[in-house]
Parts: sequence; structure tokens; C-alpha cells
Amino acid sequence: MNGLSLTDLTWAVPLPVVIPLAAAGLALVLWRNARAQGVISVVALSLVLVTSVALLVAADDGPLVLDIGSWAAPVGIDLVADRLSTLMLTVSSAVTLCVLLYSLAQGLADNNAETPVAIFHPTYLVLTAGVANAFLTGDLFNLFVGFEMLLVASYVLITLGGTGERIRAGTIYIVVSLLSSMLFLLAVALVYAATGTVNMAQLAVRLQQIDPDVAFALQLLLLLAFGIKAAVFPLFAWLPDSYPTAPAPVTAVFAGLLTKVGVYAIIRTQTLLFPDGRADDLLMWVALATMLVGILGAVAQNDVKRMISFTLVSHIGYMVFGIALSTEAGLSAAIFYVAHHITVQTTLFLVVGLMERRGGSTSLDALGGLARIAPLLAVMFFLPAMNLAGIPPLSGFLGKAGLIQAGAEVGTPLAYTLVAGGIVTSLLTLYAIVKAWNKAFWQPAPEEPREVALPRGMVGSAAALVVAGVALTVVAGPLYDYTERAAATLRDREQYVTAVLPGGRGEGRSADVTDEARREGGTDRVEEGSDLEDVGPRGGEQPAPPEEETGSDEGTDEGGTP
Amino acid sequence: MIDTSPSLALVVVAAALTAVGVYLLLERSLTRVLLGVIFLSNAVNVVLLVSGGRAGGAPIVDYTDEDSMSDPLPQALILTAIVITLGMTAFLLAMAYRSWQLNQHDEVQDDLEDRRVAQRAARDEAAYLSDDDGTTTLEQEAAEVHDETGDDGPPSSGPGTPPSSAPGSHAVPTPEGGDAR
Repeated sequence: MNGLSLTDLTWAVPLPVVIPLAAAGLALVLWRNARAQGVISVVALSLVLVTSVALLVAADDGPLVLDIGSWAAPVGIDLVADRLSTLMLTVSSAVTLCVLLYSLAQGLADNNAETPVAIFHPTYLVLTAGVANAFLTGDLFNLFVGFEMLLVASYVLITLGGTGERIRAGTIYIVVSLLSSMLFLLAVALVYAATGTVNMAQLAVRLQQIDPDVAFALQLLLLLAFGIKAAVFPLFAWLPDSYPTAPAPVTAVFAGLLTKVGVYAIIRTQTLLFPDGRADDLLMWVALATMLVGILGAVAQNDVKRMISFTLVSHIGYMVFGIALSTEAGLSAAIFYVAHHITVQTTLFLVVGLMERRGGSTSLDALGGLARIAPLLAVMFFLPAMNLAGIPPLSGFLGKAGLIQAGAEVGTPLAYTLVAGGIVTSLLTLYAIVKAWNKAFWQPAPEEPREVALPRGMVGSAAALVVAGVALTVVAGPLYDYTERAAATLRDREQYVTAVLPGGRGEGRSADVTDEARREGGTDRVEEGSDLEDVGPRGGEQPAPPEEETGSDEGTDEGGTP
Repeated sequence: MIDTSPSLALVVVAAALTAVGVYLLLERSLTRVLLGVIFLSNAVNVVLLVSGGRAGGAPIVDYTDEDSMSDPLPQALILTAIVITLGMTAFLLAMAYRSWQLNQHDEVQDDLEDRRVAQRAARDEAAYLSDDDGTTTLEQEAAEVHDETGDDGPPSSGPGTPPSSAPGSHAVPTPEGGDAR
């Protein structure tokens, strides 16, 4: 493990964040040269993909922890690459690369003012860096920064070109996202007030020591913030309004990644910080409502893009279901489902982009006859669509089957309700998808379609994702094994905590700082731990009456001290 | 270790700022929403400040006694948050301006497709046409859909929401387009 760079990949942990950021800067400098920008983006994201795969393999032996600036973990910010984060990173970087190729082909095909390439590439790279940062970070505030990076980039991307429709949709998206960021930041502040740290490993230890009710309040606040981002039931209304207006590649990458970053954050906080599962029943109900309301919304839609936006919401419910089960099997199935859903949902949006190009519309009333005029496109829609609905051999079926099995193992009435809800949702997904298929591909075309040649690059990259979706089915066995191990790692919090915090740290990395911190950290933690019982509850509860006097005193103090 | 009990004055300030922020955030005008965001973010910043305990000396080793130092971490977090809010403020301002450029107002508008779905439901129609020939009815209806914000007539030129077919309602010059080239 220790020693040379190829055997110990710890140095590579920050690369998925650093490479796209550097490339974004470079692409911004070269804004006049669209071709150079394209090359930079492709090279950067390819490097990220290679790094991610290497990390995926390396993290199977245990979490890789890197202290940024060699400040050991509780003091400095650390990046942690464990099985879950590297798996997410690998899937997301593969998807972002495909979407980038698609958008490059689209940009070459129609070079218009609605997709200003000069802005697109740097922003897209920043988005990738933000996603990678959110996956890799081991620090709650750094998670917030990662979220902000990807959100700010997404604000630019969703209003790309500044047309009236995109400004309208973007307004809703941005205001809602801003609100969720505020809630997240508030949660970070309260967590810090209650525990005196924002390092996740240390939080995992300390949140157990404070008043459980305060911890529960913090958990709910974090869930609220992440729930808006993940678009779960009462908090999803922004998504189907805003996603469909953006350009197809942008919508595709949003649908694939942004909500999943929220799901990832929920998984991470639920397993690492709040393992006692107090919010599980609540999450179960949220999952059920998300699945059903989302899919009923999809059934009502008449526009393909909006319809698959609603299926996106609906299928987030499956992942939340898996998380809420709080068992290894449930978590494993949820992680598998995330990997499957990122790929499939992105593919669907890309293919719908192609359908819009070929048929001239996304309205199911205006589309028709695509199966005859574009048979390849029909196959490319059919496979991921059936995958989404969960038709047996495909990975969507395996994910759902895993979830249902995990639900049945838990065996409570609520879990069985969720299982039933999941099956109904799956059937309704099939109904919605088949409706779209019938209208867009089989019904006679309402008017004679124009002759539009689809750019090969767009078809090629979308086809690559279709193949990737099918490949997930082929490698489902090893992948499921991996997600099971990842789930086991998540349930066994000790491993994460000892990997991050001094004491259990492996050799060789930021050694001098670590040794020092280990000595101090050992005593330090005990001391602060005893402090916590005083500090924690008050920080969360807001001032109790006796504090009024000290409170006003402090107010004057603060004015005086500087 | 410095006293970490929260200051009541700051908590009250944060609560007041939050109330104002939430109220403004619920407005339809983007400019007011922007003000709401600013208030709200400042409220959160104050909460962050509270989370560090009461103020002490500057946290510099050998300059302040370690026991009376204030906690530097919340201040670093606040600085980061301020920078992010600054960027967001600039972006929201640009959006409000762009919205004004396009619509002569900066109010958040309803989604047309939402209204279409709702109207269909009110008339008890199917989600899609059951006969395959008539494609005009829904589109004609869609053209008649008015935005509630508007005495500015039909807000969109086209019936659908296809993003690629220039849905901008008026032929307004695109300053961003110039940058982009």
C-alpha cells in the first residue's frame, strides 16, 4: 500500500476536482477558439474518467484519504475516496464525457447563439469539478462548496443563451436552489454550533454524544436541504418545470447527475452521521409519495421531455426507499439503482434530444412515424426506456428486484407498502413509456416529416450511452458485489472514521502532521468530548432563559473587543 | 476555552433577518426575491457567527492568549459564504435585467405547460389526442393561454415549448450572443 505512486493512489484523489477546474480556466482563456476548447474539455474529462476507474479499483482495498495541504484531518479539509464515492465518480465521469461528445457534435452541427460554446465548455467543466468535489469530500462545509460549484455552473447552463423561456424556467430553478443552499449552510452552522466540527468523520463520533433530539433536528434540516436537491416528494415541483427548457445535453447531465448528488449526500449523511435511523419511517413515506406522485405526473404529460423529467422524480423515490430501509441489502440496491439510473436517465434525455431534432418537436401530438423514418433512433429509445421501466433482463429490473427483496427482508407493513408502491410505479412507468413509444414511433406522422440528417457524433455518443446502459446489465453481477461491499463499508462506520482521523491512519501520508496530530488528537478528542455535553444542546436549542443576561453582555462585548 | 453559549442579541438579529428574507423571497418580482436572498444569507452568516461562541481576541498565535482567542473557523466559513452570495447576487441581478429586457417586467412567470395540463384537466380531456389527425385544437388553446402576470398579451409566440425554436417572444437583440462569438 505504501511507497510508490502507482501502488498508492492517494495522490490521485484530488485529480477529478483539479483537472476539470484547471481545464475550465484554460478553456475560458481560449474562448475565441471553440475547437481548442473542445479538445481541452475532452482530454480533461477523459483523464478524469481514467483516474476515477483507477480510484475505483484502489478504493476496493480501503478508503483513500488525502489531507489537503497536509493538514491532518480534524484540522484540515480532507478528501475521502471510498467505494461509494469512487463508484459514483466513475459512473458520473463516464456519463459527463459522453454528454460532452454529444454536445460537441451538436455544437458543430448548429452553431447558433442559443448555445454559446465559449461559455458552455468552462461552465461544464466547473460543473464536473463540483460534482467530483461533492462525491470526494470528507468535510461538511466542503460538501457545501462542492454543491455551490455545481449549482452555480448549472445556473449558467440552464439559462444558456438567455431566451425568454429559459430565463423563466431558470428563475424558478435558481431561486429554489438558492433556498436549499441557504438551508444547507444553516444546517452546517447549527452542526458546528452543536458539535464544534464540520469534519464528517469527527461528526460521526460527536453527533452520538450530543442530545439525540438536537441530532434529530440537525438530521431533518440536512435532509430538507438535500431533499430539495434530490427532488423528493414535497420538494420536487421545481424540477419538471425547469429541466425541459434547457438544451438537450444540459438537461441530460442535470438529470443524470445533479439529483444524484443530492441522493449521494443523503446516503452519506444517513449512514455516516445519523446511523440510528430515526428518520427512516419518514423517509419511507417520502419515498412512497415521490414514486407515486412523480409517476402520475409523468402519465399526465403530453411532452416527452416533461414526461421523462417526471419519471426522473419518480425514480428518485426508489433510491430513497433503499436508503430508508437502513439495511445492507437496501443500501446496496439503492447504490446499484443510482448507478443504473444515472446512465439510463441521461441516455433518455439525449435520445429525446435526437427525437426532437428528427421529428421537430417534443410534443407527443406532433411526433409520429419515427420508427419508420429513424429505426436506429427507435432502438436507442426502446432499450433505455424498457430499462427504466424495469423489464426483466435489464439493469433496471435488477435494481428494482434488489430493492423489493431488501424491502421484503425487512418485512414491516410499511416496507411491504413500499414494495407494492414500487411495483405499481414500475408498471405505471411502463405505461407512460409505452404511451410515448406508441405516439412518437408508431402512430402515423401528423405531417410529412422533414428530412433532417442526425449528426453522427450525436447519435454515436448517445448510442455509446445506450450500450453502457446495457453493459450495466452484463456486468451486473460484479457491480452488485461491489455495491454490496460499498454498503458494508457504509454500515461499518468505524472504517471510515479510523481512516480519516489520526490514530488509525495508514503510513506514509502527511506523516509528520499525522504523528503530531495523533498525539494531540488522542487527548484532544476526549477533552472536547466531555465539553460537548454542555455545548451541544444549547447550540441547537437556541437560547434558554438564563442565558439572556450573558447574551446581552456578549452583544456589548463583541462591539468592544475589536 | 472561550465561552460558547450563543449571544441572544445575535440570535434575535438572525431571526429578524430570516423573517424579512422569507417574506421577500415569496414575492413574484425578481428584484425583491434578490433582496430576500441577501437578507436570508446574511441571517445564515449571523448564525454561523453565533455558532463560534462569543467574540475573543484575534486568533493569532503569540499575539492573543490561547484561552481568549475567538474561534476562527466560523469566520472563514462566513467569508466563503459571503463570496458565494456575492456571485449569486450578481447573477440574479443579471437575470432580473434580462427578464426585464425580454418581458418589460421581472416577475416570475407561470409555466405554460403546467397551465395547459391544468386546463385540460378542468375540461376533463385526455392527456393526449385520441384521434391521430387533429393536431390543432390543443395548440390553438395554448396560443390563447395568457400569463397571469401579463397585460402584455400572449407571452410566447409559439404554442409549444420547444427550446430550439427561438421561444423568445420578441426580437430582442442578444447581448450575450455578441460575447459568445
